[in-house]
Amino acid sequence: MAISLNWINDYVDVKDEDKVALANKITKAGINVEKITTTKIDNLVVGEVLECSAHPDSDHLHVCKVSVGSETLQIVCGAPNVREGLKVIVALPGCKLPDGDKLFEIKKSVIRGVESNGMLCALFELGLEEKNEETYSKGICELPSDAPVGVNALSYLGVEDTTYTLDLNPNRTDCNNHIPFAYEVAAVLKKQVTMPDVTFKTLEETIDNQVTLDVTTDNVYMYNLMIAKDVKIKESPEFIKHRLEVAGVRSINNVVDISNYVMLEYGQPLHFFDKDVVGNHIVVRMAHENEQIVTLDKETRDLNKEDILITDGDTPLCVAGVMGGLNSGITENTKNILIESAMFNPYNIRYTSIRLGLRSEASLRFEKPLNYEYCLLALQRACHLLEKYADAKIVMGSVSYDKVDKTPKVINVTLNDFNSILGMKVTDEDVKTTLTNLGFTYQENNGNYEVTVPNRRQDIYPQKEDIIEEVGRLMGYDNIMPTLPLIKTKKGEYRDNIKFRKIVSKRMRALGFNEIRTYTLVSEEDKDKYNYNFSNFIKLLKPMLKERSVIRQSLLNSLMEVVNYNLNKKNKDIYLYEIANTYSEVDNEYVEDVKLAFILCGNYISNTWNSLNYQADFYLAKGMVENLLDYLGLNNRYTLRLSDNLPKEIHPKINSEIIVDGNALGYFGKLHPNVSREDIYVCELSLSQLFTHKTSDIKYSELNKYPTIEKDVAFVVDKSVLAEDLVKDIKSNGGKLLTNIKIFDVYTGDKIDGNKKSIAYNLTFEDKTRTLTEEEVMAIFNKIIDNVCHKYNATIRDK
Amino acid sequence: MYNEEISKIKKKLETVFTSINTKEKLENVKQVYMGKNGSITELSSKIKDVPSDAKKAFGMSVNELKNIFNENYERISRELEEKEINEKLNKEAIDVSLPGTKINVGSAHPLERIIESLESLLMSMGYDVVEGPEVEKDLYNFELLNLPKGHPARDAQDTFYIRGDEYLLRSQTSPVQVREMLRCKGEEPIRIICPGKTYRRDEDDATHSHQFTQMEGLLIDKNITLGDLKGTFEAVAKMLFGESRETRFRPSFYPFTEPSVEMDISCFNCNGKGCNLCKGTGWITVGGAGMVNPIVLKNCGYDANKWNGFAFGFGLERLAMLKYGINDIRTFYVNHDIRTLNTFDRREY
Repeated sequence: MAISLNWINDYVDVKDEDKVALANKITKAGINVEKITTTKIDNLVVGEVLECSAHPDSDHLHVCKVSVGSETLQIVCGAPNVREGLKVIVALPGCKLPDGDKLFEIKKSVIRGVESNGMLCALFELGLEEKNEETYSKGICELPSDAPVGVNALSYLGVEDTTYTLDLNPNRTDCNNHIPFAYEVAAVLKKQVTMPDVTFKTLEETIDNQVTLDVTTDNVYMYNLMIAKDVKIKESPEFIKHRLEVAGVRSINNVVDISNYVMLEYGQPLHFFDKDVVGNHIVVRMAHENEQIVTLDKETRDLNKEDILITDGDTPLCVAGVMGGLNSGITENTKNILIESAMFNPYNIRYTSIRLGLRSEASLRFEKPLNYEYCLLALQRACHLLEKYADAKIVMGSVSYDKVDKTPKVINVTLNDFNSILGMKVTDEDVKTTLTNLGFTYQENNGNYEVTVPNRRQDIYPQKEDIIEEVGRLMGYDNIMPTLPLIKTKKGEYRDNIKFRKIVSKRMRALGFNEIRTYTLVSEEDKDKYNYNFSNFIKLLKPMLKERSVIRQSLLNSLMEVVNYNLNKKNKDIYLYEIANTYSEVDNEYVEDVKLAFILCGNYISNTWNSLNYQADFYLAKGMVENLLDYLGLNNRYTLRLSDNLPKEIHPKINSEIIVDGNALGYFGKLHPNVSREDIYVCELSLSQLFTHKTSDIKYSELNKYPTIEKDVAFVVDKSVLAEDLVKDIKSNGGKLLTNIKIFDVYTGDKIDGNKKSIAYNLTFEDKTRTLTEEEVMAIFNKIIDNVCHKYNATIRDK
Repeated sequence: MYNEEISKIKKKLETVFTSINTKEKLENVKQVYMGKNGSITELSSKIKDVPSDAKKAFGMSVNELKNIFNENYERISRELEEKEINEKLNKEAIDVSLPGTKINVGSAHPLERIIESLESLLMSMGYDVVEGPEVEKDLYNFELLNLPKGHPARDAQDTFYIRGDEYLLRSQTSPVQVREMLRCKGEEPIRIICPGKTYRRDEDDATHSHQFTQMEGLLIDKNITLGDLKGTFEAVAKMLFGESRETRFRPSFYPFTEPSVEMDISCFNCNGKGCNLCKGTGWITVGGAGMVNPIVLKNCGYDANKWNGFAFGFGLERLAMLKYGINDIRTFYVNHDIRTLNTFDRREY
């Protein structure tokens, strides 16, 4: 789809405009010209074959003497239709013809011993027609006998052209049509648009007793019919063929081409019926449920009550705005045409064309609001062109149904509005000139404007901002002076839990984890992995892919995909985290839970050449969790303890649940060997829940001035006893004076019973107000030892 | 008296130190001269035999000998000490060219980097950072934003619906603006930015992603102009892409703004001359914006006769792709290679 400037020139004079500069101007005004293409072939002229004789050494070649005005050339030609007196297209030596994506240069040559100084061309050789059997068999192009010898052939054919490919905003797709686009060109060039000729002669006979119309649905806004008789179906003239091709529409025959041509002029699609097939009665109604029609492409289409249908009162003839029926359209044998120019409810056309998978140039136009003025003009224009290029005779009058509200849009706006919204200097003169150039009429009184919007601008909503935008875009937004809002100064802040998440994120990075982002949507299979208190899943109604059909509730599987990718790439040390929203459905409500997940794999610290390294292990993972929670101010408020309620992907014996203020909000642990053979440690916890645990500010506390007393003790206990349980016990017996408990050794092995382990504790006693005595410390120490020995059946090692 | 002896010792002291190269030898020499039976020690004990008028001269001569000895002894001792340390240092030599031990500090995801730099600039200009749910009501994602049901831009083909046509995965971050306007009930000015994940029915390829990230901004106050939007955009563009960037607005269309603009920066690759990156235009589009459409203001409880404002939006993947020269949008979501991630552990200016 492109705009032909050759065509635009019919409506506004652009002959002498610099086409690149014009494109820039239009682009700045908001109609994006994406690409500029120029069709121009030098050294290609109209010639006349003066003599034509057989080639002495060939059974099909001819040797011709061709006049190209300035001289007469000898050219060898193989086309069967070359003959004396024929006006032809001559490619002179030096002429470059399109050859696929490249150019092919014509040179003087000798063909079977005869000198040839150029080439007589077929249209496909100029890129003006597709190369196929049919175009090939036509031979060289035969120009009309009045073609002026010596002039550029493309220029003579009316196909020397510059085209603009547009990238339009969705509200201005009307500019895909030449007349609406011409208005934009005229506006930026401050010129006037000349509308095309819509005059034609009519027959004496009137349409009245030849066709009647019934419209039984409100989804038709306007419906007009006219009749053209005795049309001659033939090939379209070159300029029409060329213009359709630029627009990306295939040329069929003169009549069908005219309906498309008019559509590309006004943006109003037309439909031509074979009058002799459709009969005398047209009924436009909504289709019935389960009704069917066989469309032009021979497909049987199932219709429903949202589809608008054109019928002969009985049989469906056409799915309105979308596609014609198989038997009612124009054929080689059509004599009389019923021309339809109509406006339908855009939503219905859109719905029907999407449902049937039939989105055509016509349906795309019907999907947007149309201009009733053009609906009428297009009908007349078609009659004009049918009379001119298909020898049609137009029956007098038309049959119309018209429910269009023709009240023009009127918008009030003041000069001050322009200035205060655009932030640029706009004068009364600017407003008046711009509105005039745009073809908007207005009444002005003391800076107050009453602007009437032309009907072709269906995109304009009746509010002053729309007019302000029109003036602004034409004056150019480069005139806007950058300023900053003159409003109250304040500092922005992070709302809700955003800051908390940023803090967590930064801490994870400081701990050595790389941040990643993965997809929210996962597959039906993967969604159940790492199930830690999952609720109902939220599923897409119409997923595009099975792999992306459910909103995840855990991030770990996605992280593991990244880990596996890296392991395959031989990246062994992988420390990653992700923070993302997860969603679930609880009692018909959608619940958001922001989660943090991280993974430890391979060396945390390493130096490859001296075997110094610290590899991921459970205690490193635990250290990370503790570091994060302590950093967040939660020290002494969480416990991390072995759980048998964790996802099946987690090692049952190497894990901990994270419990903050009694609230379990996540876990960490080693991956189950069923999931990965590598030593991988993972953690996932709910930041949404963590965020609700409020913490206090940092308070400075003075260090103890008095000496501390340290005591060491090693207990031999059953392997099943947890080091932390002993700590709790020691703590409760140690009282206030016991301020620190450190585990400094854990031993299993030859020196003790095989079912036992030794845990050595270092205890610190102190008082901030005095020096402790050895006696009072020993009293507490002994109490601690007695208690542990008694409670855990422990013995003291090496004492 | 004893002059001969004194000068003999003095002469010996001139040579005795020259061959000493160990601490042991030095200590032996010390014994020989200064030890219990050392020659200087013995000499000095003879002062009792010296007549009283010669005692002073004798004492001075012996002291001179002691000084000579001590000076030499100290010197040699220092020299030996130094030699010993040097030998030790030499023995300790290592290959300093071997690689250092790596300290890993994690990197922020490129999108997070862009978000954080935009946030810090815009927060300094008074914008609060606000987020909203990714599972969103159609009402907020479309309806109140002047995209009524049946509007082509809200095609079910483009949006992931979740429940009927009521709930969806948000296709833009604009619903956060709607929520904020409703929260403020048409009574307060608004200055927010809302970064977040968004979703559309796009097939994933180098330039399309079904999940992407937007950051929109909304300012509602009184007497706000398109010039204010341009100034704000200019600040953002220069912060992200450098002080020498030029900016321009092109007319555009969004249902929620009127007038609407595309925000372009002069191409940083060719400085506006035209290159592949900017498709020969010299300009790169980095976002969309406009004055908030009065229809949207009314829908969200603001009196459009009293209040106005602007909204802007950036596709953060696009910004990150431009800023870091990333060619494939999937880079942000899949196949995060640790080696690539590590390259982002770097400060920026």
